[in-house]
Amino acid sequence: MNDEMRLMKGNEAIGEAAIRAGCQAYFGYPITPQNELIAYMATNMLPAGRVFVQAESEIAAINMVYGAASTGVRAMTSSSSPGVSLKQEGISYLCGADLPALIVNVARAGPGLGGIAPAQGDYFQSTRGGGHGDYHTIVLAPKGVQEAADLTYESFEISERYRIPVLLLADGLIGQMMETVKFSKPIDPETLPKQNWAVGHQTGPGMGANHISSMNLEPESLEPEIFERERKYDKVKKELCRWEEIQTEDADLIIVAYGTSARVSMSSIQAARAKGIKLGLFRPITLWPFPYARLASLAVKGRKFLSVEMSMGQLVEDVRLAVNGACPVEHYGRVGGMIHNEEEVLTAAERMLGA
Amino acid sequence: MLNKGKPVIDRERCKGCLLCARTCPVKVLGPDSKSNSWGYYPSMLIDPDKCIACGNCFQVCPDVAITVYKL
Amino acid sequence: MELLYGHPKSLKPIQTKYCPGCGHGVIHRLIAEVIDEMGLQTKAIITNPVGCSIWAELYFDFDSVQPPHGRTPAAATGIKRVLPDHLVICYQGDGDLAAIGTAEAIHAANRGEKFTTIFVNNAIYGMTGGQMAPTTLVGQYATTSPRGRDPVGEGQGYPIKVCELFSSLEGARYLARGSVDTPVNIKKTKKMIRTAFEAQMRGEGFTLVEILSQCPTNWKLSPHDSIDWLQKNMIPFYPLGEIKNTLAPVAGPAVAAK
Repeated sequence: MNDEMRLMKGNEAIGEAAIRAGCQAYFGYPITPQNELIAYMATNMLPAGRVFVQAESEIAAINMVYGAASTGVRAMTSSSSPGVSLKQEGISYLCGADLPALIVNVARAGPGLGGIAPAQGDYFQSTRGGGHGDYHTIVLAPKGVQEAADLTYESFEISERYRIPVLLLADGLIGQMMETVKFSKPIDPETLPKQNWAVGHQTGPGMGANHISSMNLEPESLEPEIFERERKYDKVKKELCRWEEIQTEDADLIIVAYGTSARVSMSSIQAARAKGIKLGLFRPITLWPFPYARLASLAVKGRKFLSVEMSMGQLVEDVRLAVNGACPVEHYGRVGGMIHNEEEVLTAAERMLGA
Repeated sequence: MLNKGKPVIDRERCKGCLLCARTCPVKVLGPDSKSNSWGYYPSMLIDPDKCIACGNCFQVCPDVAITVYKL
Repeated sequence: MELLYGHPKSLKPIQTKYCPGCGHGVIHRLIAEVIDEMGLQTKAIITNPVGCSIWAELYFDFDSVQPPHGRTPAAATGIKRVLPDHLVICYQGDGDLAAIGTAEAIHAANRGEKFTTIFVNNAIYGMTGGQMAPTTLVGQYATTSPRGRDPVGEGQGYPIKVCELFSSLEGARYLARGSVDTPVNIKKTKKMIRTAFEAQMRGEGFTLVEILSQCPTNWKLSPHDSIDWLQKNMIPFYPLGEIKNTLAPVAGPAVAAK
């Protein structure tokens, strides 16, 4: 049962992976294009002895996560771009209280109500912190159904290890498409270690009480807390950067892309190489912490970088930061729910090479 | 036959709101002319012998600064 | 000398930041007394949000979780669903429950969530310095209703009776309104809190105790006069008592088999 390959929709694979990872509570609100995920959780959480609540809004859902996470259990919510905007206050609070949690964004076209087709316009929201204050969430970007399941499964332990919420940034294409996926072994939540910082574990009257809070009205004492959190972030930057490289060693132009854009670009690179054009791909998997150091080391004289994303230019800013003026960096974007095809990406790369 | 009682006021916890004095049916309590270290003028026993241990002062004290004993 | 009335164990014996004469202090004591009497200190968790109750975690000697403003019932839902054997207290003021968090409160009540809401109604926004609350009375001065609350002319609407508003929700089983103006009312309020907590521990929900409280600072009255004001103005408008009680009757001796 554990080793079988299943054909599943991305949204449902994320749900199955979460349950297997011992997710004890799911709180969500319907929004296209991730409704299969909330439905999967509605069907499967209760029989697995877990908690499921369809909340009255995305705001309520993230705050239910906040409450459940305070008790030390693995808790998650999912939504899509406009709903994730609603969650920003709750995410800021989760970070300010150093709580672990998983937030899944199956991104769609914005701004405003926008469209329901896939987009990558939430990169800034995800990596620059869409809410108030100095904080970061770990951002993981899968490229397909298998990786979405794998990263979901891993995300809970990563989140608990650092006490930082994890944002899984997928898009509507990954959520909707069906691919074969193999799942990891199920974890029984009862076997997970108790978190000694959590509420619900008092040992005696007035003993072992914990106070989950993000408030500190004394600047002299709040500043060191924020510095301490920054040290945590420094540790994450050192330990957690992940990326994938395809044929970058001899590339004249490296495409930088994540998620669905990376999938498309892989086909463009194959087509280019067949024509003798030396394209490569740098695919960040952790969008935060962004693998600046590795990307910077690839910025050798004579090379060009093209950021391919379903946005007006968000990932490209991190590419520019990494490349730091050493090489030309350009952006090729489709928005509004339009997805690049491999021919147009190749054409854009050829144009930049010819220029 | 009425009870006899003794309220004990924690001067430093008291904020001098005097709701205890207001609610005391036998007017045992009133304001102290000397302030505590916070600058509040706490409640004090001005006529202790009258206390009937009804506990009204305890009930209304927002600072739980009063303990009531039965004599 | 026999101790008659003393400091409850689950409340820390420290001076509070609340203003002189503030009703929060009495309400804190009632909650702590009921928790002591029910032996629930190690199982108690309070969710305390923005508002003067943000300080509550300093005074209750048990777990606390501080949620964003208005989201207290959502956080309490998350906690109680995962820790059903714990006593979860959702402690809110008028802004938290009746303004920014009304959706969360209504939906928690509608789902019959098994935590208890303690709703402190002082007809004003305390922490932020005296703005109009959804519970501010018609004609009452507040910094954002400087000419007195004018429901129609200035479009400021009418005060909301929360217990009555929630009473149509089937999931809301116990909705009671008490007051901390007199010893008699304080003791009645304690009974309401006890009824609600006992229902929660029996696995029944949703329970809410609304408690009328004075706010001397923002009403710009002395503590003494604020009690008079509460009695004269709030109690006639917000009736005291059990507004709704559809809790299952507590089991007596023998129950006839069907």
